[in-house]
Amino acid sequence: MTNDLEDMLTIKNLHATVDGKEILKGINLEVKPGEIHAIMGPNGSGKSTLANVLAGHENFEVTEGEVTFLNENLLEQAAEDRARNGLFLSFQYPIEIPGVSMVNFMKTAVNEQRKHRGLEPLKASQFLKMMEEKKKVVEISSQLTNRSVNEGFSGGEKKRNEIFQMAMLEPKLAILDETDSGLDIDALRVVANGVNTLKSPENATIVVTHYQRLLEYIVPDYVHVLYNGRIVKSAGKELAYELEEKGYDWLKNEVEH
Amino acid sequence: MTEQDKILEKVTNEEYKYGFVTEIEQDIIEKGLSEDVVRIISAKKEEPEWMLDFRLKAFRKWQEMKQPNWAYLKIPPIDYQSISYYAAPKKKPQLDSLDEVDPELIDTFNKLGIPLEEQKHLAGVAVDAVMDSVSVKTTFKETLAEKGIIFCSFSEAVKEFPDLVKKHLGKAVPYADNYFAALNSSVFSDGSFCYIPKGVRCPMELSTYFRINAANTGQFERTLIVADDDSYVSYLEGCTAPQRDENQLHAAVVEIIAMERAEVKYSTVQNWYPGDKNGKGGIYNFVTKRGICRGDHSKISWTQVETGSAVTWKYPSCVLLGDHSKGEFYSVALTNNHQQADTGSKMIHIGKNTRSIIVSKGISAGVSSNAYRGLVKVAKNADNARNFSQCDSLLLGDRCGAHTFPYIECANKSAILEHEATTSKISEDQIFYCNQRGIDTEDAVGMIVNGYAKEVLNKLPMEFAVEAQKLLAISLEGSVG
Ligand SMILES: Nc1ncnc2c1ncn2[C@@H]1O[C@H](COP(=O)(O)OP(=O)(O)OP(=O)(O)O)[C@@H](O)[C@H]1O
Ligand SMILES: [Mg+2]
Repeated sequence: MTNDLEDMLTIKNLHATVDGKEILKGINLEVKPGEIHAIMGPNGSGKSTLANVLAGHENFEVTEGEVTFLNENLLEQAAEDRARNGLFLSFQYPIEIPGVSMVNFMKTAVNEQRKHRGLEPLKASQFLKMMEEKKKVVEISSQLTNRSVNEGFSGGEKKRNEIFQMAMLEPKLAILDETDSGLDIDALRVVANGVNTLKSPENATIVVTHYQRLLEYIVPDYVHVLYNGRIVKSAGKELAYELEEKGYDWLKNEVEH
Repeated sequence: MTEQDKILEKVTNEEYKYGFVTEIEQDIIEKGLSEDVVRIISAKKEEPEWMLDFRLKAFRKWQEMKQPNWAYLKIPPIDYQSISYYAAPKKKPQLDSLDEVDPELIDTFNKLGIPLEEQKHLAGVAVDAVMDSVSVKTTFKETLAEKGIIFCSFSEAVKEFPDLVKKHLGKAVPYADNYFAALNSSVFSDGSFCYIPKGVRCPMELSTYFRINAANTGQFERTLIVADDDSYVSYLEGCTAPQRDENQLHAAVVEIIAMERAEVKYSTVQNWYPGDKNGKGGIYNFVTKRGICRGDHSKISWTQVETGSAVTWKYPSCVLLGDHSKGEFYSVALTNNHQQADTGSKMIHIGKNTRSIIVSKGISAGVSSNAYRGLVKVAKNADNARNFSQCDSLLLGDRCGAHTFPYIECANKSAILEHEATTSKISEDQIFYCNQRGIDTEDAVGMIVNGYAKEVLNKLPMEFAVEAQKLLAISLEGSVG
């Protein structure tokens, strides 16, 4: 299933700080094409920080470590170039951009990516057709895509919109930061379905979640526990059940002893 | 320096692209302002006695007046004696044929994107091109004349249509209205005149393009638009100036008269040289624009996109005299680096059932200052007046300032006046969100700013809306807050 020759994402001993405070304290993780990794862990353990650091948020400073994405040094790339190279982050808290229409936003995003890859921009008609197709995949209504980016969207609608954008951009590596939280059961199924539809042997997904529930729909190859800035345990999908049952306390003991 | 500041620095580096100078022989009069100078200007323009009288009355008034200082602007003292009040390209252009216009001038306007050859021009736009003190060329005059529409330079109108000019000149903006209006009335050089006869819808956009070229001169143009009963016209104004280290003075007057059921749309894209990044040079832009909705059911609408000038002092206004008349003001004012703007509108409700709307969108970046100043006045007999004002400010970075000074004077209890104001910032999170989708910071800012200004940009005629969008993006490149 995996292709050993090709590297998707390799994180080695990654340390990152915000305002001088160390949040990530030596993360190691390897993701291969075709794989789905789940990252779980208590509130404040650094899951979103990891996602943001990978996406290139400038609030976080990488103080140590290496990250390669598609065999290139990820940390050297500007945030927009990481995105254009195929890294997608579904935000835990998607941002509202009043006045900027979804259509304009997505068209710019798609065409910037195409430009980066040496492709012609899509014609308006081609773009709209693509938009219609992807809207179906995530069952998002035109009422949402005709509005400004996330403006006034409900929590669940914002999450669905993240997956819509993912569908439009067809990333190589998607990081879904608690995309399941705040979703009703139907939406959860739709989001999972969206992720599974887009899954291929060439791309990979990192799913950050608190709930084993999502992992019933998106079945991970690996589950990692992020705890206090480190990955303290990695195993197969059965780990998710164990966590759901026992919480994180038993791991805490494992780490501390 | 924070990351934010760095981006800001980077993005505010875009050069002003209209900063070139045309090498052309100029007829410039001596610096300084006196009654003699006023007489010289009038003589050069071969004006009739009544025109000279108007100028002299204005000049005498101006001498008694003081430059206003109530605006939220810091302006170094202006030495009115160190400015030349008349400059004209020497080869006096013949207005009838393009062959006789100096090729240098045609080239200049081509560079500015304003071709004077009619066949090359944007379909449906007639242009009056004014450089320094004179009108260089008015296009499509004949086509318009077929409908009885008069569109020509102001100087020409004084000669050819003296009765019309005499009847309306100074009616919307009296020569003693304010310091800069008085100055303009004494020394105004040229500008456009437009008359739309009864019942005529002007078939094309009319536009005046102003260009300052000569150094150490002021530009004082004057525009008069008269829309007779049941007529309609959409009018556009654009402006640029060379990049120079010293400040240059521009004091214009625009008057609009709308008769019964007439409608006038006046749009401006103002892009005078704003000065450099350190605040050196740039145009001092003091403009008085006022329209009178004289007839019942008449309508005057001002739309402005202000991105240029070191200092902008400008309050396009409507006097709603006719019953059921309507005034509108839509504005985007962008300031960057050291630019300062104090701009807004006055809506004076006098007739019954009059309505007005004010939508002002300020965008501030760099260390600039951007003030909205507006007055809504309802006279005693103006029953059922309605106004809606919305003043929004968008800040990029935290070194700029936005201020709002809304004034209301209401003498009639039946009036309904609403005012809304918001201040917002482009947040780092918004930028990062765009970056994460592959959109770089400059494009993200451009997109957000244009989204913010959309309501106003939509009011511009199509071709100009596109231009204005680009202009906003260029004027801000990279300023992120
Ligand atoms: N900009 C910031 N300034 C200061 N502290 C921050 C900042 N961003 C994150 N932190 C801190 O870093 C730690 C990790 O936060 P992070 O958002 O990565 O946690 P998380 O694992 O995603 O938690 P949750 O499950 O609640 O989403 C927290 O203690 C948080 O307060
Ligand atoms: Mg989180």
